[in-house]
Amino acid sequence: MTAPTNPPVRLPCGSVRLRVNGEAVTLRPSGALWLEQHQTLVVADLHLEKGSAYAARGQMLPPYDTAETLRRLTQEVTALGPGRLILLGDSLHDGQAEARLASTDVDQIDRLARGLELLWVIGNHDADGPRHLPGQTMDEIHINPLILRHEPLPAPQPGEVAGHLHPCAKVTGKGRSVRRRCFATDGQRLILPAFGAYAGGLNLRDDAFNPLFAKPPIAAALGKDQVHLIGWSQLVADR
Amino acid sequence: MERPAPPLRPTLPSPFQDWFASKGWAARDHQIAMVQRAQAGRHVLLIAPTGGGKTLAGFLPSLIELSQTPASERPEGIHTLYISPLKALAVDVARNLMAPIEEMGLPIRVESRTGDTNLSKRQRQKANPPDILLTTPEQLALFCAWDGARAYFANLKTVIIDEVHALHGSKRGDLLCLGLARLQSFAPAMRRVGLSATVEDPDRLRRWIAPRPEVADLVLGTPGAPPRIEVLLSDQRVPWAGHSAQHAMAEVYETLKTARTALVFVNTRWQSEFAFQELWRLNEDNLPIALHHGALAPEQRRKVEAAMARGELRAVVCTSTLDLGIDWGAVDLVIQLAAPKGSSRLVQRIGRSNHRLDEPSRALLVPANRFEMLECQAALEAVAAGALDGDPPRTGALDVLAQHLMGACCGEPLSSEALFAEARSAAPYEDMSQQDFDDALSFVSNGGYALRTYDQFHRIVTGQDGLWRVRNPQTAQRHRLNVGAIVAGATLNIRVSSGRHGGGRKIGEAEEWYFEQLTPGDTFLFGGEVWRFEGVSGMDARVTRSADKEPKIPSWGGTKFSMSSHLAERVRDMIMDRDHWQQLPGDVQDWLGAQATHSAIPAADQLLVETFPRGGKHYLVCYPFEGRLAHTTLAMLLTRRLDRLGIAPLGFVCNDYVLCIWAMKPMDGLDLDALFQQDMLGDDLEAWLDESVMLKRMFRHCALISGLIERRFTGAEKSGRQVTFSSDLIYDVLRKHQPDHLLLRCARADAAVGMLDIRRLGDFLQRIVGKVRGISLPKVSPFAVPVMMEIGREAIAGAAQEAILEAAAFDLISEALS
Repeated sequence: MTAPTNPPVRLPCGSVRLRVNGEAVTLRPSGALWLEQHQTLVVADLHLEKGSAYAARGQMLPPYDTAETLRRLTQEVTALGPGRLILLGDSLHDGQAEARLASTDVDQIDRLARGLELLWVIGNHDADGPRHLPGQTMDEIHINPLILRHEPLPAPQPGEVAGHLHPCAKVTGKGRSVRRRCFATDGQRLILPAFGAYAGGLNLRDDAFNPLFAKPPIAAALGKDQVHLIGWSQLVADR
Repeated sequence: MERPAPPLRPTLPSPFQDWFASKGWAARDHQIAMVQRAQAGRHVLLIAPTGGGKTLAGFLPSLIELSQTPASERPEGIHTLYISPLKALAVDVARNLMAPIEEMGLPIRVESRTGDTNLSKRQRQKANPPDILLTTPEQLALFCAWDGARAYFANLKTVIIDEVHALHGSKRGDLLCLGLARLQSFAPAMRRVGLSATVEDPDRLRRWIAPRPEVADLVLGTPGAPPRIEVLLSDQRVPWAGHSAQHAMAEVYETLKTARTALVFVNTRWQSEFAFQELWRLNEDNLPIALHHGALAPEQRRKVEAAMARGELRAVVCTSTLDLGIDWGAVDLVIQLAAPKGSSRLVQRIGRSNHRLDEPSRALLVPANRFEMLECQAALEAVAAGALDGDPPRTGALDVLAQHLMGACCGEPLSSEALFAEARSAAPYEDMSQQDFDDALSFVSNGGYALRTYDQFHRIVTGQDGLWRVRNPQTAQRHRLNVGAIVAGATLNIRVSSGRHGGGRKIGEAEEWYFEQLTPGDTFLFGGEVWRFEGVSGMDARVTRSADKEPKIPSWGGTKFSMSSHLAERVRDMIMDRDHWQQLPGDVQDWLGAQATHSAIPAADQLLVETFPRGGKHYLVCYPFEGRLAHTTLAMLLTRRLDRLGIAPLGFVCNDYVLCIWAMKPMDGLDLDALFQQDMLGDDLEAWLDESVMLKRMFRHCALISGLIERRFTGAEKSGRQVTFSSDLIYDVLRKHQPDHLLLRCARADAAVGMLDIRRLGDFLQRIVGKVRGISLPKVSPFAVPVMMEIGREAIAGAAQEAILEAAAFDLISEALS
């Protein structure tokens, strides 16, 4: 199986279109993945109710993270009008997160799910999936030639689209450094950035990414209104 | 020489009289006055110069009281609590206090307790308290959060706060003042004693020391002999620009040789490294010259301090790290390299020399450029006139209040009314509104969010008695791990590499951001040596020795002070007053004369704005003399305006005196009154602030102090990056969903004071209304040359570039004078 080697294209909307395992995919500046042929929007690692999980332990983070994450997700759904929305695991920060959702946020999820197929891929934070929220829970999803799952499997996996690792790209220049969430791909597989407002990030230069790629990946870093492609050699480690 | 002892006064009991006599001393008037105020039960502020027996004066009443009651008859507990901003001072005072106690054979137990005190000693102190405990503000905050604090301090008689002048105007001071209010409620009869260096407004400190609305009595020590200050003129020449005073190093070295021991003060860490290296280059006599700054490893600093105490050093090059601290009798000369920035700081630094009151201290100021020459002259005149800088007014920070409220509720159940009244008895919070207090309390309880989803989660809760208390012991424990109002930037240890994964000798620490701009192989100056950066592992920056003479990366951050308003005013007056020019060296007089010929000398209350073309660009240079921070803010706001006017500004550079903006299009025709209109501090400021990274950094500090995010978990410390990252996420979300949240208000207030100098800029803009004088010039003016030479300087490194710079400078100068 040889993938066509078309170079990545920057679209007027700021997105980047490139091929993963031969399939054309669009990387959005929001951190969402758009599979146009399949009218499918994919986002990973929402970590809804992470703020209240901390609050329950006595650290009173602002309780607006779920609303903020859903607002950004709604923006993407409104812009693209997908037929299917895939939440690629760790959508809920923990097993009790669903019970802590504010009613306004539950309503917002209901509105989102209306008129599209909502699929919850399970992750390590939300292994049971939601109990009452709309949508269907899945272990993984095949959309040829791609396979979507939460946690990437070790060793090269052609066609795998995953989340879990929260990749971040760091570059330096002019005596400063900038660190942004990013997609990571070697053309064979793709790791999505975390979409959740309170989700932290792991530097793409971290050893955890080593087993995943046959050749050094490129980063597609999320800028203000556009995606920036950054080669491996430009990336720096955190320390 | 000591003065002959006057007849001893009856207020001192005989062991004390005998002890003074055995030393050939007499108790000084202010020491006697302190004993009398103590007997009258008064709160008191002692203002005395260093070397005036200030510490002994503070402790004398306690020593007398303790000596008159046998240990068995004293109530259980600490009698006197001493609080110093410096750990080292607490340890040093313990040593000095032991001398009279042992020599008089007094039954008094003195112990110190700092962050370094080990657990077993702390536990012993808790079970069996000493008579006198010496500690730091952070330890007091910790005491307040103990559940046994009220009983432990019930019999506290006196609290002594040292170096009040250095503490009161900071968040650390806010926290300390709230802690004192807490102590006062444990021991209502407790007396407060403040010890301070000379300040411009003693009444402010008298209010700060006392529980409000009371005011502490004032006791003044005998002032020392006026200092002898000189300005060093190298060959009677002052350079046009620069900050290193490199031109004068040979003379500085020669002056060092005439002193027994000298302190060489500089303003930034980089300057200290540079001066240290230069002095050693000249050091043919192999004089023991040492270096002391905040980034050196503590052990190394302690070593320097100890060698200094033993009288083994001839000079120490140092930063503000030695502004405060232990008295070294041997210092007989203070050198200030580059301008002093404020008369109070200068007096404080000069006070570090010669601790004998009857002999004048000796000081030498070394200006690094012509504007600094004016500043040095102004400082010299200010000190001669006894004029000090005023402190800007301060209101207590709400993030600090939040930390204090949490601590108080960890200690015992309290009503919100009692907490409010107690906080308002602390001077920084005496005018606090009920609303601000309620916001802080609600923040402590459940985050203070408009969205009430956290009503089921609280850090403090009210019981049926209506009193607030901490929710559980774990929450209290986490709070206790995170007390304090000092937020250091994340630092890395600098270690000499011994293989791939560090583990070598630690030579110091430096801010994480410094290493972010280095790539492995870069060389830099640290501790007087050139090092090669090898990389970072964990919390260590690995380095190896380099054979390079010149480091590749020259710039090194550190505290940079802005010139005080008071000195700025003196400099402006000096420039305007031609008769005054005669006090200045010939080349500086010529320079001022050339400015009068080629451009103009502004009147004292006028703002001179020059515009001229140069090298295909257009320049605007103005002379507010309001300090680097206010100038940077002004430049940011002016460039926004110029951008809107279609002038296409390209960049700006500021120093303490001048700001310079360059652009694609000429700026001569502009309506300057409109350009400098005060309303720039409204929307423009807001818009700029919201985009700036600075506010995020301020927010991080507030989030740490207030306890929203934690520095330490049990057993583990979060690295700076982890904290930075998560606080940025919080900032973004909070700014969007609750822009008026308490912590965002705190962050904006901190930025306005600490980073932007908004008040000073506001005063300036008001002062110059209708007094902006624009001059359109064909070319650069003599006054503009120094700032023009700073353009691009920061990016230039090494000796070869220095030559390029000098050549360029020569062009500028001949252009300005032709």
